[in-house]
Amino acid sequence: MIEEQEMVSIDKKELVGAVAELRASGYRLVQIGCTTRADNYEMNYSFDREYRFKNLRFSVKNDEEVPSISYIYWNAFLYENEIHDLFGIPIANIVIDYRGTLYRTRIPSPFKLTEKPAEQKESGGQPS
Amino acid sequence: MARINAIPFGPQHPVLVEPIHFDLVTEDETVVDAIPIIGYVHRGLEKLVEKKDFIEYTYVAERICGICGYMHGFGYCHTIEQVMGIEVPERAQYLRTIWAELSRINSHLLWLGVAADAMGFESLFMHSFRIREHILNMIEATAGGRMIFGCVKIGGVRRDVPSEELRNIVARLGELEPQIREITEVFLKDYSVEHRLRGVGVISKEEAYQLGMVGPMLRASGVALDTRKIGYGVYKELTFEPVVETAGDCYARCKVRVREIFESIDLVRQAVEKTPEGPIEVKVKGTPNGEFFGRIEQPRGEVIYYVKGNGSKFLERFRVRVPTFANLPGMIKMLKGAQIADVPTLIVTIDPCISCTER
Repeated sequence: MIEEQEMVSIDKKELVGAVAELRASGYRLVQIGCTTRADNYEMNYSFDREYRFKNLRFSVKNDEEVPSISYIYWNAFLYENEIHDLFGIPIANIVIDYRGTLYRTRIPSPFKLTEKPAEQKESGGQPS
Repeated sequence: MARINAIPFGPQHPVLVEPIHFDLVTEDETVVDAIPIIGYVHRGLEKLVEKKDFIEYTYVAERICGICGYMHGFGYCHTIEQVMGIEVPERAQYLRTIWAELSRINSHLLWLGVAADAMGFESLFMHSFRIREHILNMIEATAGGRMIFGCVKIGGVRRDVPSEELRNIVARLGELEPQIREITEVFLKDYSVEHRLRGVGVISKEEAYQLGMVGPMLRASGVALDTRKIGYGVYKELTFEPVVETAGDCYARCKVRVREIFESIDLVRQAVEKTPEGPIEVKVKGTPNGEFFGRIEQPRGEVIYYVKGNGSKFLERFRVRVPTFANLPGMIKMLKGAQIADVPTLIVTIDPCISCTER
């Protein structure tokens, strides 16, 4: 491995507190990402301080609301709007809320959790 | 009483190479709010990972962007290799690093030309593109492609470069260096350029860091952060320091890019000198099972690749966070309070890459 990466699993309720602590410790927000899993979403909040990478993660169910961290890291608003538009996850109290107009995709929320046919689940591929 | 207007800027504008739109709210000549709107060239490339296997996706990764396409291919392969625990041969790592630095020179010269043109400095635009052509020729002679290099693969590189050709590159860069110095000095010492860029769009060191800015934007505000320092490729074997300026204005951002061109030339020299003989690839066995956040330094700054594999040949998730996306919040901050006449130069000095941003 080129670098050690610290992965910390948290509960959604702990997000705002944990992020505020990281901000106070001098970390910068590197990215917020989301992964669609079999029956939920995995949220990843990545931070860096002096090339030390730290990632907070938790799971959310379909249509479950996630608190915004844009009051702590202002730049989070862009990542949060992106996640809302591509995954359909509602994010509460974003400082600049585009309300679904950041990305204009032909299929609304293309990464949103949907029930996959059984044969595609086995092959690892997704419906075309 | 100030008159409030809403001025649409873009998606088509002479200074914009790619489409992005801003709603600029102005009070007389001063911008009081700026709302960016993207989505004009969104291609869903992250979604495509579900239909292309992880080997095939290298071709897609290289096509995320036309300017830093090689960097995307490199970053994607590097991240997959970290997930799979693949040890890339040293010669391949050196070749990747040399191409990465040639790609940076290419990108910065392209930016210099575009910036000069945006300020009505057409002769400098011509000179910049003339020199850039030589860099593209070097890339073509070694990689086979000019914009899409097509030379990086998981486990190594597709093409070897004879040692004589590598020495030729160093010799030709040595010939180009004084020419680049001449045009960049003209640019940086020109009265009009200085007048339009100094003290414009100032971002403090603290603001740049807290806004998550990256690359020359961040370093121009005095933050010495360069992802190459992590040591991917062979950067751990090369001697360099992040190029830093402290003024945090548009002029400082230009100066950082100009100085980085010379730093890249030096890095190519060092890398060529140390390139060992040996294999250029290893055979890839198995499929990715695990995850990693890969980080590399593109010409525009730090880029993040998140790869999550589940043991099948299709990745569960591939995500790219590109530098322009990270710099957009900083751009909004910069635009607030700017004069409307400064908006084009502010945007140009960010060196935005919208294709990367949209993926």
